[in-house]
Amino acid sequence: MPEIDIHDRPALLEARRLAYARNDEPIFGPLDFVLHAGEVVLIEGDNGAGKTTLLRVLSGLLEATSGDVLLDGEPLTLAKLSHQVALLGHQPGLKGDLTANENLRFAAGLGGVRAGISPATALAGVGLEGFADVPTRELSAGQKKRVALARVLLAPVGLWLLDEPYANLDLEGIKLVNRLLEMHARRGGAALITSHGAYAFTSGTPRRIPLRGSLREIPPAGAGQPGVPR
Amino acid sequence: MNRLTLWFHKIGSPPTFYRIAGALAPWCFGIAIALGALALYGGLVLAPRDYQQGDAYRIIFIHVPCAWMSLFTYGFMAVNAFIALVWRIKLSEILAMASAPIGAAFTFITLVTGSIWGKPMWGTWWTWDARLTSELVLLFLYFGVIGLYAAIDDKRKAARAASFLALIGIVNVPIVHFSVNWWNTLHQGSTVRLMGPSKISGDMLWPLLTMALATHIWFFASLFARTRVGLLELEGGKDWARDVALADAARDETVTAHG
Amino acid sequence: MKPGTTLAACSALIGRDLTLVWRRRGDALNPILFALIVVALFPFALGPEPDNLRRIAAGVVFVALLLSGLLALDTLFRGDYEDGSLEQLVLSPHPLALLLACKIAVHWLTTALPLLIVAPLLAEMLNLPHAVLPVLLTALALATPLLSLIGAVCVALTVGMRRSGMLLALLVLPLYVPVLIFGAGACNAAQAGLAFMAPLLWLGAGLVLALVLAPLACAAALKISLS
Repeated sequence: MPEIDIHDRPALLEARRLAYARNDEPIFGPLDFVLHAGEVVLIEGDNGAGKTTLLRVLSGLLEATSGDVLLDGEPLTLAKLSHQVALLGHQPGLKGDLTANENLRFAAGLGGVRAGISPATALAGVGLEGFADVPTRELSAGQKKRVALARVLLAPVGLWLLDEPYANLDLEGIKLVNRLLEMHARRGGAALITSHGAYAFTSGTPRRIPLRGSLREIPPAGAGQPGVPR
Repeated sequence: MNRLTLWFHKIGSPPTFYRIAGALAPWCFGIAIALGALALYGGLVLAPRDYQQGDAYRIIFIHVPCAWMSLFTYGFMAVNAFIALVWRIKLSEILAMASAPIGAAFTFITLVTGSIWGKPMWGTWWTWDARLTSELVLLFLYFGVIGLYAAIDDKRKAARAASFLALIGIVNVPIVHFSVNWWNTLHQGSTVRLMGPSKISGDMLWPLLTMALATHIWFFASLFARTRVGLLELEGGKDWARDVALADAARDETVTAHG
Repeated sequence: MKPGTTLAACSALIGRDLTLVWRRRGDALNPILFALIVVALFPFALGPEPDNLRRIAAGVVFVALLLSGLLALDTLFRGDYEDGSLEQLVLSPHPLALLLACKIAVHWLTTALPLLIVAPLLAEMLNLPHAVLPVLLTALALATPLLSLIGAVCVALTVGMRRSGMLLALLVLPLYVPVLIFGAGACNAAQAGLAFMAPLLWLGAGLVLALVLAPLACAAALKISLS
C-alpha cells in the first residue's frame, strides 16, 4: 500500500501569522506553519526565543496577541483542544509524594487511557519497569522526565506538544524520545517539540522551524535520506 | 449607529485619546478648582450654622461629595473592568487601573473628614458607624485592586487580574453595606448616624451640589492625566509614543535654548 | 481511545488530593495549632475573668478559625502550581470549575473540618455559654465552606506569586467581612437572647450562591493567572 505523501494528509494544526507580545515586547512571530498527521516538527531557538511561549499558545493556555491557530480547520479553543492534545511542559506535572504508578493512574483517571496501554506498560515502555512504587520525589530528574513521557504515552490524544523533551535525559533517554516520536508519527499522530537544536532526531530529519533569525521554514528532507546530526 | 461605533473606535485608539485627554485635562483641573473654591466659600462662609451641630457640620461639604465620588469611582472602574475583560480593549484596562488610586484617595478623604466630624460630636477620632465602616472596607477593596495590579509584571495580565478582582468587589459592595447596617443595629450603643437631618436647607444644598460637581470634574481631570501616563507606559514600543517623546524632547531643547 | 468520564476524573482528583494530605498528615495539624494559639492569647491579653471572656468568646473563635483558614489557603494551589499539575488540570477535557470544586471540597475537609471539631474546645477555653454552642457550630459549618470558596477565588488570582501572603489577606478581607459579621453576629445575638435565625439564613443563602458561582469564578481567575 503506497504511503500517502505527508502533505496530502489533512492538516492537524495550522498557525497563521501567529505572534505573541508581552508588555509590548514581541516574543515571537509572525509565524506561519502547518502540522500534518504523521509529522514531527522541531521548533528551534536559543534560550529566550519564545519556544515555551509558542507551545503554551498552541496548547490554548495563552491567547495569541495576533494571528490564528486552527485545529482541523477550525479556530482553536481550549475546550476543543483539551480532548486532542497532551502537553509536556517544563515541569513534569507529577506529585512528588505519589509513586510513579499512582501519578500515572491519576493521569489515566483525569484524561483517559489510550487503548492497549496501561500505566504498567507505559512505565516499561520508558525503561522504568521496576520503579512503579518509588515515590516520585526520590527519582532523578531524568527519571522524572521518563515518567512524564509515560504520561504522554498514556494520553488518548493525537497531538503531542513537548517542551524540551530531551532535557535532563542521557543518551539512552534521547534515543527513547526519538523512538517514541517515530512510533507516534507512524500511527498517525503528530508531535511538535522544542529544543535548542543540540540533539538531533537521529533517523530522518524532522521539519525544523527556527524561531529567531530567518523565519523561512526549512523544507522537510525526502523520505529515506539520512538525517544530518548537528 | 455606524458613525457612533466609528467614533468610539477612534476615541479608543491610544494616540487619539492621549491627544484629547491632554487637551482636556488642564481645563478640567481649572474648572474643578474654581467650582471647588466657590463651593467651599458657599459652605464655609455663606451657609448658616446648623441648628443641632453648630459649625462642626460644615465638614460635610467635603465629606459627602467625597463619599459619593468614592462610590462613583468604583462603579466607573467596574464598568471599565468589565469592558477590559470581555473585549480586551487596552484603553479600558488603563482607565480602570487609573481610577483605582483616585477612588482610594477619595475614600481616604471621606474617612479622614468623617473622623474629623466625629471628634467634636463624640470625642473619639474613630467611630464604627455604618458609613465609615463601609468606607473602610471600600478602601481595602481599592488597595486590593491597586496591590494586585502592582504585583504582576505583565501589565496587560495584571490589568485583567485586577479587573476581575474589581468586578468581584463590586458584587461585594452592596453585601458589605447590608451586613454592616445589620451589624450596627445588632450592636446598638455608641453608634449614631453620622448623616444629619434628612431635610437639608437650600442654603446648604447648593454648596454641596457644587462641590459634588467639582469633585466629578476633578476626577476626570486626574483620570485623563493618569491615563496618558498609563498609555505611554503600555505602548512604549509603538511609533506614536516615540513621536510624542521626541516632540517633548525637542520642545524641552528649544525651551532651554531660549531660556 | 477512551477518554475518561468526568465522574472518574473527579473521583481520581479527590482520591489523589486525599492521598497527598494523608502522606503529609502531620501538616494537617497546623491550622488546629494556630487556632489554639490565637484563642489562648486572649485570656493573657484581657485577663482571665470569665465574664470578660464570655462576651468575646464567639467572636474570638470565629476570628481564630478565619485566620487559620487564611493561612491554610496558600496550600490550595501552590503545590500543584509548582510541579506543573495545575496546568494539566486546566488542559484536561473536563470542566475546570468542577475539578476546582473538588479540590476546594477536599481542602475544606482537611483544613476546616478539623477546626470545626476543635471549636467546642476553643469555645470552652473562653467560657462560651453552653446554650450558644450549637449556634456557634452551625454558624461555623455554614461560614467555613463559604470562606474556603471565596478564598479560593482570591488565591487563584495570586497563584504563583512568591510571598503573596499579605496581598492575599488584603484581597480576602473585604470579602470575609460580611461572612464574619453574619456568623459571629448570629452567635452574639443568640448569646444576648435575640433572634439569630436571620443571619444564619443569610449565611446559608451566601453558601448556596458561592457553591455555584465560586468554582466558576475560580476557574476564570486561574485562567487569567496562568496566562
